[in-house]
Amino acid sequence: MFPLLHMGRPWLAYWMFPYPNTMGTWPQFRSPLVWDVFAVSTYATVSLLFWFVGLIPDLATLRDRARSRIKQVLYGILAMGWRGSAVHWHRYEMASLLLAGLATPLVVSVHTVVSFDFAAAVVPGWHTTIFPPYFVAGAIYSGFAMVMTLSIPIRKFYGLEDFITMRHLENMAKVMLATGLIVAYGYMMETFTAFYSGNTYERFAFVNRMTGPYWMTYWSLILCNIAIPQLMWIKKIRTTVWSLFVISLIVNVGMWLERFVIVVVSLHRDFLPSSWGMYYPTRWDWMTFIGSIGLFLTLLFLFIRYLPVISISEMRVLVEEEEKK
Amino acid sequence: MAQIFRHSTNLISRLSIYGSAFIIAALGYVVYAVSGSSYMTDVNVARDQPVPFSHKHHVGELGVDCRYCHTSVEESSFAGLPPTQTCMTCHSQIWTKAPILEPVRASYRDDKSIEWTRVNALPDFVYFNHSIHVAKGVGCTTCHGPMQEMPLTWAANTLQMSWCLGCHREPEKYVRPKEYVFSVTYEAPANQVELGRKLVKEYKIRSLTDCSTCHR
Repeated sequence: MFPLLHMGRPWLAYWMFPYPNTMGTWPQFRSPLVWDVFAVSTYATVSLLFWFVGLIPDLATLRDRARSRIKQVLYGILAMGWRGSAVHWHRYEMASLLLAGLATPLVVSVHTVVSFDFAAAVVPGWHTTIFPPYFVAGAIYSGFAMVMTLSIPIRKFYGLEDFITMRHLENMAKVMLATGLIVAYGYMMETFTAFYSGNTYERFAFVNRMTGPYWMTYWSLILCNIAIPQLMWIKKIRTTVWSLFVISLIVNVGMWLERFVIVVVSLHRDFLPSSWGMYYPTRWDWMTFIGSIGLFLTLLFLFIRYLPVISISEMRVLVEEEEKK
Repeated sequence: MAQIFRHSTNLISRLSIYGSAFIIAALGYVVYAVSGSSYMTDVNVARDQPVPFSHKHHVGELGVDCRYCHTSVEESSFAGLPPTQTCMTCHSQIWTKAPILEPVRASYRDDKSIEWTRVNALPDFVYFNHSIHVAKGVGCTTCHGPMQEMPLTWAANTLQMSWCLGCHREPEKYVRPKEYVFSVTYEAPANQVELGRKLVKEYKIRSLTDCSTCHR
């Protein structure tokens, strides 16, 4: 949603695409915003395909066990004629492998291109080469924190502890530690290169982050994203569900703060002091934000209601293996 | 287990999936064609006016020059619409009782402008200037079409940016000698491009594709 909303005039978002238009012009291919259009569209398409293809055997199960004609027809259309034959399974495994192999480098490329929206600009605090790996690591960090925040309540309320085990959660915590340290390195290098460069504006941007009017957001960021997650080095904390939940929420907040610091704090005081100002979110900003969370939760609960939360076909394989032991 | 779908579903699903590229392309073409059609652009669609003014009669048959009514075209960005007084320069003497001209006489009598419907209009973010076009050899009929053949007034072109760029990118295809700018009978010669290139140099036509030329 936000790729559309952040366009300023979302109803004209289609202007970003190269189609034969009445203006007789192509979009500005030199702009990172246009690169974004291609990167994000590609990522969205592949993610959607990967998600859908992965669901096909389970949609077939739902079709076969449907108790009403409507469900039979709807799941049947989505299951695309899946028979569970050896040929189908072979193709399914191949397709999943290909899509996974495609999606992984796309994670790197999409976040790199998104980072170019900032890194390709001249704004102090944005124009740094650390941004592409920093954004990729930040995305993975944020992603795992979000997965933890969602999976812990879901496994509790839907009784999925046997499927999403402590081992899964602990591994997620370890990935978060790793990516969190990369993000911490990113923060350190940003600050170091700002001072090492000798550039007045870069130096000011960072002094402003740490001691200016938004100093609280910057230090909360360091606390939430770097300091507190280090608690996960302690095994006791790493293997207690509710402490992982709290830490994942803190990292979610930290990542929001990181984006706030990057976007707002760099922009509110850049080259020309006469343009300096303060940004305070309006009620519309808050409502849009809360609305987007509401949309997310609505779609999440619709998913939980109508689609399998855990892959039925994969669990079938594992359960059989367990029983054989 | 009983089949859920009829046998024809195999065919339909194959056609719709493999054909989806064509279907989407066809839909795209339909949208493109409709949005460029005169249904959307009003090209060649005569617009309703308070008085059915005929350019064909005044320009084609009587030979009135464009500038007689559109007076500011050589100096200003706006070509100008004539005040009722201009109409009355003739119609106080001829067709003085014609019912078709009653709105003109009423306007003159009551000192209220005739509310003409604008046929050629550009959005406000386009800063179009008539005088520079006229000064550099763009004829009236080049953009406004054969006015002398219009019994009612319609737009001859879409005035969309891509249409303007068609000339701005290749002015040599459309430019004419300055003496013929107000001629309605001028036809582009066989060697238009060659002549055009000469004129572009002579009239110093340049900076046509800079964004700020039109979007100040």
